[in-house]
Amino acid sequence: MESVVGWPLLSIITFLPLFGALVLLILPKQGRLPWYWALLVTLVTFILSLPLFFAWQVGEPGYQFVERYPWAPSLGLNYILGVDGISLFLVLLTTFLGPIVILASWENITDRPVTYLFLMLVLETGMLGVFLALDLILFYVFWELTLIPMYFIIGLWGGPRRVYAALKFFIYTMAGSVLMLVAILVLRYYSGTFDLTEILATTRLDDYVQWWLFLAFALAFAIKVPLFPFHTWLPDAHVEAPTAGSVILAGILLKMGTYGFLRFALPLFPRAAASLTGLFLTLAVIGILYGGMVALRQRDFKRLVAYSSVAHLGFVMLGIFALTPQGLSGAVLQMVNHGLSTGALFLLVGMLYDRRHTRMLDEFGGLWAVMPVYGAFLLLTVFSSAGVPGLNGFVGEFTILVGAFWKYRLAATLAALGVIVAAWYLFHAFRAVMQGPITRPENRTLTDLTKREVAILVPIVVMYFIIGLFPNLFLERINPTVIETHRYVIQHAAPPIEAPTIEE
Amino acid sequence: MNGVLFLIPALPFLAFVFIVLFTHQNRRVSAGLTIGATAIAWLLGWYIAFQAFLNPDEVMEAPFRLTLPWFAGGYTVFYTGFQVDLLTAVMLFMVPFLCFLIFVYSLGYMEKDPRFSRFFAYLALFATGMLGFILADNLLLAFVFWELMGVCSYLLIGFWAFRRPEETHIDTAQVQRARAASLKAFLTTRVGDTIMLVGILLLYALTGSLRWDEALSPTSLKALAEQSTYIPFLGEVPWATVLAVLIFWGAIGKSAQFPLHVWLPDAMEGPTPVSALIHAATMVSAGVYLILRTFPLFYVVEEGANGAMGFVAFIGAFTALFAATMGVAQFDIKRVLAYSTISQLGYMFAALGIGAYVAAAFHLLMHAFFKALLFLGAGSVIHAMEHGHEHAHEHGHGHRTEESLPFNPNDMRLMGGLFRRMPRTAWTFVAGGLSLAGFPLITAGFWSKDEILAEAWYTGHSVVFWTLAIAAFVTAFYTGRQIFLVFFGEPRSAAAQHATESPTTMTLPLVILAFFAVAAGWVGIPEAFPGLGAVVRGWFQRFLGVQAEALGLHVEALPFEPAPVLISVAMALGGLGASWLVYGRRPIGVTDPLQGALGGLWMAWHRKYWVDELYQATVVAFARWLSQVAYRFDDAWVIDPLVDGVGRFGRWLGARVRRFIDEQIIDRAVNGTAWLSNLVGEWFRQIQTGQVQNYLLAVLAAVTVLLVLGLF
Repeated sequence: MESVVGWPLLSIITFLPLFGALVLLILPKQGRLPWYWALLVTLVTFILSLPLFFAWQVGEPGYQFVERYPWAPSLGLNYILGVDGISLFLVLLTTFLGPIVILASWENITDRPVTYLFLMLVLETGMLGVFLALDLILFYVFWELTLIPMYFIIGLWGGPRRVYAALKFFIYTMAGSVLMLVAILVLRYYSGTFDLTEILATTRLDDYVQWWLFLAFALAFAIKVPLFPFHTWLPDAHVEAPTAGSVILAGILLKMGTYGFLRFALPLFPRAAASLTGLFLTLAVIGILYGGMVALRQRDFKRLVAYSSVAHLGFVMLGIFALTPQGLSGAVLQMVNHGLSTGALFLLVGMLYDRRHTRMLDEFGGLWAVMPVYGAFLLLTVFSSAGVPGLNGFVGEFTILVGAFWKYRLAATLAALGVIVAAWYLFHAFRAVMQGPITRPENRTLTDLTKREVAILVPIVVMYFIIGLFPNLFLERINPTVIETHRYVIQHAAPPIEAPTIEE
Repeated sequence: MNGVLFLIPALPFLAFVFIVLFTHQNRRVSAGLTIGATAIAWLLGWYIAFQAFLNPDEVMEAPFRLTLPWFAGGYTVFYTGFQVDLLTAVMLFMVPFLCFLIFVYSLGYMEKDPRFSRFFAYLALFATGMLGFILADNLLLAFVFWELMGVCSYLLIGFWAFRRPEETHIDTAQVQRARAASLKAFLTTRVGDTIMLVGILLLYALTGSLRWDEALSPTSLKALAEQSTYIPFLGEVPWATVLAVLIFWGAIGKSAQFPLHVWLPDAMEGPTPVSALIHAATMVSAGVYLILRTFPLFYVVEEGANGAMGFVAFIGAFTALFAATMGVAQFDIKRVLAYSTISQLGYMFAALGIGAYVAAAFHLLMHAFFKALLFLGAGSVIHAMEHGHEHAHEHGHGHRTEESLPFNPNDMRLMGGLFRRMPRTAWTFVAGGLSLAGFPLITAGFWSKDEILAEAWYTGHSVVFWTLAIAAFVTAFYTGRQIFLVFFGEPRSAAAQHATESPTTMTLPLVILAFFAVAAGWVGIPEAFPGLGAVVRGWFQRFLGVQAEALGLHVEALPFEPAPVLISVAMALGGLGASWLVYGRRPIGVTDPLQGALGGLWMAWHRKYWVDELYQATVVAFARWLSQVAYRFDDAWVIDPLVDGVGRFGRWLGARVRRFIDEQIIDRAVNGTAWLSNLVGEWFRQIQTGQVQNYLLAVLAAVTVLLVLGLF
């Protein structure tokens, strides 16, 4: 499937932020100019990414807008970009959140703003590359490229324990990805290429090789997701990261893990993956319940949201490893949903922090009276995150549960219990912050959201409704690819897993 | 024609959107939008409902229907759609009409509230939820609207859960109570909803559809009844039963049945029109409607063969009596009604549990009218008490009566003698009360309750019959108690002395509802009833009987038996008479005469059998403990220390390896393992000294080296 528009759209989208970052270095540094420039670059990137949605060939399962150039032929490296139903909305989510995180940092990053913006833009290029690269080495380069800016963003603009958090984030993720690199090289040894499509078409690996390579890939991805028990870098990184860093981290970086499972780990090593579904489903369900229970106990709002991510990503993992088309579809959609609602939660927590310089739940109470607009946004986001029907979260969770329930009734039932826990910790937080009498005098004078803050939140909230009410705009683009991926994995898994049947 | 179905829930929704986005600053336009949209929905609803009333057979053969695909997950498509059959028509008669009346009432009740527009926005959203729910043609869409109602319920219970500095009419304690009640309501019902969600998933997995007519088609039902699954301690249980019980849990939560009943009394923290509409007439009875919809699942398994019917009958009958007793010992005018609602919903479930499909639907309808009336009447009383209190304070009197209790407009101990002060409210309240108590022959409540008792008698469910009969006595007693405490005797506070009748926007709905609370029951006078029966010939039973027959139920007109009717009459009159003896015969003070007489039993009733305390001490405490343990496990005991430990080990190893390499001659053929450990050590050392640029170089170099290595 060649590019519809005739020019290398994917490359333009991917490298425009990097280009913007380089221009930033030569721009005059005084005033607001760098900020406006960064905003412009991210906005243009977003607008340029919209044709992916509107010019999309609905019903086409394969890659679209593909670009393929030899990169270093002597090393067997190719530059291949392409997008399909699995990556489409992750790319759009990335470009969508781009301007939002720039605007979110508008007033609270005063220290070395140019460096900060530079890193943010480089990060965007890295993330887009991860979702678009179809060559394993290219993928790996982008994967590592995201790591470095995030490390600095946490380490330089973070909270009091930023050095510890940044290091933990870095070493932990790096430990996983080094193994993945080794696995990629071993895979090259067996297949003779780094081209993902070619490997899938030609290479059949022995079970033994599959097993080890899968584990190497899976470790890298599981840490990134993060899957229980590899999650403890996450709360620390989130709590210390500046607001925009948390939004990117939760909104997109974590999705690189679940995306990796869907794009690489399952199709490349279907037999190993199929034989380990039990383990991964167990860890996913533990993550849902455990993450929820731990979140319930948190007094720091941001830490609560961080642990809720563990639970929500558990749902995505459940959908993926149920290995049913519904589960996979729901998982892809839920990645986007989580990016929106958890991203918004971090933004909202950040807005509170900007006003009160604390995130402790018991410092607040009764804010609905003084910040009604903020209250409305937080309420909608809580509803979205708790999976209330009519908003986006429900469609994703429901589809995942339907998919998981076909084959794993116990796992799906336990996961459904996680829905109760989610409602508990989210509404508990809402109750603590927004409802009740105002107990602290300093809360009486808090100001409601500014126009800038409303402008950040409105697009996200609009997306809750669009996905929640018209989910098929998204699912009709996701489904064909997912069905094809499912078919491929099932066909190449041994022993073959029977397709779900309707019991009469 | 069928497109109109879509408009019924869509109109209030549009009103909601408009208020939120554009008109929330303008009180009159906001209220006008909500009421106008609801009025149109009401007219459309009645237009459709009356078509069904006139031509039941035609509608049954070809129900009004509108179906659209909603979304596809993988290759399964989920549909959404609306339909009207006879059961929907009955609900469509009641729901938008009550919505309209209660919204008009709210104009007066909420007149002075600064959150007037917000209130009407929430009401419009609720109307969307309830109308969508009764019209939904499948379980998924029904669940969506079901949850939407839950959200509105949460928002409206917590309507006063925060306070602006200028809002002096709300006190801090009330704010605290409202916030606790809203969270409790949402979480308690969510427990039921989630169990129901599992039921939905299971139904879909077993039948491949969620539409009422497909998933519950005769072939699919037959398969569900014949195939079974093994459940420990219960043995082989048919799938139909498993599904029925799972879905019934949703109803237990939403309709506040034991053991998930605890949220409803607390939900009275919401404004009174909300209590009337959501927590009496519509949302809480949605649970009953849900069971009516999915009734074949319950009914298809033969009685005694591990069916779900016994469970439903038990929960219903138990709750009917259990909640009624608690209603006896409350002083809050709304809480009495809340327990009464729980108890009456129990009647409906008990009816369903013994197979009395039509009787349950009948009582649902009658209860909606008289309970909405009672709540609105209570609201009118509260309104009058608040005004009386203000008035008494302004004019400096109020010292005549000894007031040992703090002022609370809901407290019946401070009322008394209101009949003379507000005759319209009093007359209508008494009409509603008599209907609730089942006053013979003239009231709606008599006919619907009698129908349930007669069915229980006739089908030989003697335990259910006697439980419900005793509950009927208790019901009549607490109703009489309430009427005597509020409207008769002498005023027991200055507020009651100065209370005045409420405005017409409030009393007019009362009058209209009072008519229905009395007369609506006449449509269901059974054919065999001496005298009157020959006129009506059980119209309601025949009408809904068509639907029941279509669901495969065997419906027959019951023969007239004097025994259950006489027992029912005796219970109603006996309860009312007993209440007169205790509360009506002589003036009473602020201490309830029963309090001393009943002692411990009174305490058990007054403290709601300590169920709240029990849940706090068990479920909630356990979850808190578990959450604490999980967090310590994560952060302090196991997982994080493990990660830090590995990190420290890596650092130590890195340092060792570095020294080793430094001391030895550096090997030109790089040992992979050593390099890796070295790198780890390097990162730590360099990052800590802040020389991050070195690190970047190292990574680039490492990637290159590995690449080259890998290629050879």
